[in-house]
This record gives sequence, C-alpha cells and structure tokens, in this order.
Amino acid sequence: MIKTDALIIGAGPTGLFTAHQLNIIGLKCEVVDNLDKIGGQCIELYPDKPIYDIPAVPECTGEELTNNLINQLKPFDVNFHLNERVEEVKNENGHWYVKTNNETVFSTPNVIIAGGVGSFEPRKFTPKECEQYEGKSIFYSIKDKNIFKDKIVSIFGGGDSALDWAVELSANSNVNLIHRRDEFRGAQSTLDKVYELEKEGKINLFTKYQLKIPKGKGKLDSIDIQHENKEIKNLKTDYVLGFFGLIMQLGPIANWGLNLNKKTIEVDTEKFETNQKGIYAVGDICSYPGKLKLILSGFHEGALAARACFKLARPNEKYRFEFTTSSSSILKRLGKKSD
Amino acid sequence: MPKITYIENNGKSHTVEVDKGLTVMEGAVQNNISGIDADCGGSMACATCHVYVKEEWYNKINEKSEGEDDMLDQAHNPNKFSRLSCQISVTDEIDGLVVDLPEKQ
Repeated sequence: MIKTDALIIGAGPTGLFTAHQLNIIGLKCEVVDNLDKIGGQCIELYPDKPIYDIPAVPECTGEELTNNLINQLKPFDVNFHLNERVEEVKNENGHWYVKTNNETVFSTPNVIIAGGVGSFEPRKFTPKECEQYEGKSIFYSIKDKNIFKDKIVSIFGGGDSALDWAVELSANSNVNLIHRRDEFRGAQSTLDKVYELEKEGKINLFTKYQLKIPKGKGKLDSIDIQHENKEIKNLKTDYVLGFFGLIMQLGPIANWGLNLNKKTIEVDTEKFETNQKGIYAVGDICSYPGKLKLILSGFHEGALAARACFKLARPNEKYRFEFTTSSSSILKRLGKKSD
Repeated sequence: MPKITYIENNGKSHTVEVDKGLTVMEGAVQNNISGIDADCGGSMACATCHVYVKEEWYNKINEKSEGEDDMLDQAHNPNKFSRLSCQISVTDEIDGLVVDLPEKQ
C-alpha cells in the first residue's frame, strides 16, 4: 500500500500542474492515468495541434505543453502509475483507500480527480453479440501476438493500428482487413505495403464493409460482414481485432457517490471539493457556475485544490502562503539556492 | 433563425432554433439535447458528436471537412449519411434540417 499526501487521477495538463502545486507547498503526491503516456487529451487527441491561450505562451502544441509541464515537475519526486485505472474508492477513518485495476492500493487523505472527460477506453464493435466473445476471440488491443499464429484473423479499422497489425500478422496468419470505406487514414508507406501483400495473396482486403454479426457457439467460427450496399459476406475466422480509436468514459468514478452533472462533477469554488470531504475535482471534469473548459482554468483550480489538501495532509501545521520568488523553503524544494 | 430537428435514438424529437454561424453540434449542446457528447468541444478530435443526416438533406449541407471521414471511422456505427455535427455550419439554407442521433456516441 502506498501512503501519500494526495492522489491525482489523470496525468493531463491540469493533473500535472496540480502535482507541481502540491510539491511547491511541500506535499507528496502520486499520479494515476489509464493511458500509457503522460499528457491526457493533449497527447492523445491533439499532440500536433497548436494551442494559443496558455498565458505567456503565445503558441505551443499539445505535445510541447505536456513536455514543458513534465519539465516543470523535474525538481520533484512524483510517481506516475500509467496504464492503470482507478476502480474503487472507500473511506476508512477519514482516509481514502483507492484501488486500481492493477491492484495498486493507495491510502491518502486527499484524492484529486483531474480526469478530463473521463478515461480513454477502446471503442468497441456495434453488435451487442460481440461482448460474449470479448477477451477470448474478439480483442481491441493485442497482448500476445503468438496466439494468432496459423489462425485466421479479421482486422477491422482504417488507421495505423489496423494497418500495422495487418502487415505484421500476415507473416504467420491468414489476415482479412476490413474497413468501412475505400480510403485509409494510416501512413501511406504502410498502406502501400498492405496493397502489396494483398497482391501476393497474404492479406484479403474488404472495403466498404462493416461487422454485421459474429457467429459460433461458445467459440467464434465466422463473421458476417455487410457491404454499404447491404450485401452480406460470411468469413471464416478464428479471431477478430477492432481498432477504432479511443473514447472517453467517466468509468467507475460515476459510482463513487459524487454529485454529477452530466459527465462532470460538481465542486465548490473555494477548494474545488466535491460533496465528499477530501475528494476534489479540477479541470474539464469539474463543474460550477461559470466554469470555463480552458487549460488555464484547470491550473487555477489545481492550485486552489492543492492548498485545500494541505489542511487534511498536515492537520497539525498551519499553511503559510509564500511566493516562489522569495520563499527559501520553496526554493529548497525546487533545488535552487536562495540569495 | 434556422430551425433544426434532432431525433434521439429512442424517437424523441427536438426542434430548436439555432443561431446562424453556430454548428449543428453547438445547437444541440446549447439546448441540452442528450445524445451528442462533443467531448473535444468541436475540434474534430473525438467523433462524439456523430449524427446521421436525413437523406434528403445530405447533399444540401456543407461538404465534409478534410479529416472528418478519418474521425468518422472511429464513430459508433457509421453509415453513408454519417457526419460530425461540429462540422455542419448552420445557415439559412439548412433551415429545417433533420438529423438522427446514434444509439450511442
């Protein structure tokens, strides 16, 4: 079990700056994120898109902003738990016990939810019948590619993941690549390779088709795919892979007894605390009258939530407001020499 | 002001007036119509404002933006009348537009 002053859920810009603010005032924190990398939406949705409304930064991309925020955290010892999703939260004697899907357990007086619009989850196939095969013969990510050896694998999607896996698996498997239209959005070089492999008979390409229904008792043995013009084809298959990108879901947070407003969490504007003492929400996921979904608002909210955490993390100390320009204790935390 | 009709997947229909210059997505969000999430706020980065434009309207609205089809690949159950509502501009010409909302975003 990891004991910490505050646990931050979400490693997007707001979560990162909140970690900075906690450390500036001398509190330790841990950060959990469901993605495999730091940066949240900035890195997952728009790494290359320019942002123009970060104070004092006339223009930067989502990736640059993320890198700068990570650099700003360098003086501090912040642990990141990536690829982990927070599942359970319970209160015992005023402390929050938080468990992730990876069985990591935290004990902390403060939980700061900086979850954006929720955690990123893979988008799934439309037919409900797919659920019964999920994790057995239908997958949305690949953990062990060896299971596909000498099998028939049907891959759906038009982006890099679908194309890359089609090329890679075609070496040892019989691959069907199925996409809802003629154009692919993946890299041209990979696409050229796919067309080459199609000519060699190593990949069977089906465009303008979507999955209609998976078939097979207990074990998947074929799929029906439907053309845009409604024509249906049956393909024998052992495995189905779907690569349709990610969607943000509120996930287990919805069951924590917090006051929700659509997909956002209601907070006060003094501490950014939810209706549960010691649980705060900052950034895009929080709502209050006048809420602006801007990164700069998240920074402000995180700074205030961090100060609120102090009281619960250091009940016997008094919080003292100090500036980074002049405080010798802050400069020490930053590893700088004071004049 | 142009009127736009949003029909939820359960059949519930909402006809609302939307200011010119807004997008069909913004019209739904401002009027609290459920069924359009618009997670990314209209930057064409998420495919959660997916709608099916009624066939008779499909060729009357502005054409797809570059990259819109790439995002629609990720939408839930797309078909040939699928659009991202954040990329449909509201003008006098589309007064009366009807869009169906998908089962989920």
